[in-house]
Amino acid sequence: MTTVLIVVLVLVVAVGIFVAVLYNGLVTSRNRVDNSWSQIDVQLKRRYDLIPNLVEAVKDYMSFEQETLTRVTEARTAAMNAAARGPQAQAQAENVLSDTLKSLFAVVENYPDLKANQNVMSLQEELSSTENKIAFARQFYNDSVLSYNNKIQTVPSNIIAGMFNFTARQYFEAPEAERAAPKVDLR
Amino acid sequence: MYEQIARNRRASWLLMGLLVAILAALGYVFGHAYFGSPEGGLGLLGVFGVVAIVWSVVGYYSGDRMVLAVSGAHPVTHDDEPRLFNIVEEMTIAAGLPHPPATYVIEEDTPNAFATGRDPQHASIAVTRGLMRTLNREELQGVVAHELSHVRNYDIRFATLVGVLVGVIALVADFLVRFGFFGGFGRRRSGGDASGNVIVVGLALILAVVAPLAAYMVQLAVSRRREYLADASGVELTRNPLALARALNKIAADTRPLRHANRATAHLYIENPRRKDKEYSGAFDTHPPVRRRIAVLLEMAHVGPEALTADTAPAGASGADGTVPSPPRSPDASGAAAPPAGASEAPHFPPVPPPGMAAVVAPDRATPQATRPAPPAPPGRLQTPG
Repeated sequence: MTTVLIVVLVLVVAVGIFVAVLYNGLVTSRNRVDNSWSQIDVQLKRRYDLIPNLVEAVKDYMSFEQETLTRVTEARTAAMNAAARGPQAQAQAENVLSDTLKSLFAVVENYPDLKANQNVMSLQEELSSTENKIAFARQFYNDSVLSYNNKIQTVPSNIIAGMFNFTARQYFEAPEAERAAPKVDLR
Repeated sequence: MYEQIARNRRASWLLMGLLVAILAALGYVFGHAYFGSPEGGLGLLGVFGVVAIVWSVVGYYSGDRMVLAVSGAHPVTHDDEPRLFNIVEEMTIAAGLPHPPATYVIEEDTPNAFATGRDPQHASIAVTRGLMRTLNREELQGVVAHELSHVRNYDIRFATLVGVLVGVIALVADFLVRFGFFGGFGRRRSGGDASGNVIVVGLALILAVVAPLAAYMVQLAVSRRREYLADASGVELTRNPLALARALNKIAADTRPLRHANRATAHLYIENPRRKDKEYSGAFDTHPPVRRRIAVLLEMAHVGPEALTADTAPAGASGADGTVPSPPRSPDASGAAAPPAGASEAPHFPPVPPPGMAAVVAPDRATPQATRPAPPAPPGRLQTPG
């Protein structure tokens, strides 16, 4: 009789450990997804901080390009305000900002004085790097979502996922309008 | 790309299993020959195992400091090398590492790089001055991604594990040969026929000689397999296999050996710093042949070898000091159209094709600013599934 009891006890403990391990894996995955989403914001904020410095630095050299500079500043303000209107609106505003920056970089190419200016060049490197970091942060977010969704849907863990209400997460995607090739405006 | 990664991981674990099998065979035969029973062999394996593990633990925990000191690397900060630092930070974000690894520069003109560190918390990456001079931004990014992938995949830990196994095999085999003769085989066997004993002894001796050699070859095979894995994992970070292919092409073009590298540290570098340009994968190479690595990467990018030397910049993007940044790229999951022709600045030093690589590298162009149009961005580069 005691043998049966022991066997049952061991089985129960084993199943319990199994469930705990899977559950913890799911929780870790989900937390990684949440963390990677907020890391994107960190990079976006960094860009907001860098832009005014760049605009200041190039303003004096680019007296004929006031419109480009104004568009950059306006896009930045719009993006900072768009956060309140939800992630979709924010993503759109951020993409608009990226486009204005690309135009600005392209225009800077035409000014040899600017290219010789160490300050401007290092600011451009920082901004360019921040653009890359935003892109890679989004990429890592998508990678974590992939890993998490896989865990939710594959066989051993999907049972646990169902039991504890783990839901699939959305990928970060470019809004429809932005899928066209970006227009680099050289005016 | 994901398939490459999975295949490489499987292969390296299979090779590890092979080592365990060699070890088991050695222990079994040894025990049979010396103690008259396989269990004695296992006991001895345990003792040697502990010795090898202690030996490796020391290397594991202080190995990165030793390697950095030996390689003549000095640490750099963001202010010293903004572009390099930014690239390392970008790859850290793409890999989801807790913090960027400590960054070092080696003041040598030969392009090369290595990474060391037992886990992502304690990692370091070093590049040579020559690498920063030769590669453009996206190629440098590819190399840094490869190195960070070594850290991500716990390759140092894996290599240490393999090293422990090989060490134990070597120790046991050595013991077998040394004391087998003098200890007297079969001394403790009660009865049994003499001829059976001789066969076992003979087998033990053969194995004692062959096993360490075989184990060493397996260790090198593992090293090669992890290099392929680091290539594929690096592409998982940058989603840009062509850039790494181009970087490898340029690195391999410079055949000068690295002054500070020696046999002990060679396996950590992205390309064998001791420079033996080969076309096939020898059994004693720490790195796979560069041509094969480039071919694998080009296949991931779905382009042909002519893409290795094609221009990537709009004409006029100069920057002899190499600080002109590339326009920002945005690899969204939806595979939105890449910036015009994957633009970044033109390579500053056109690669000189080494003798063995004529088939891979396109014929020399007449001028660096070629007038033929850049090839279209490889279709589906940003969403290669495998």
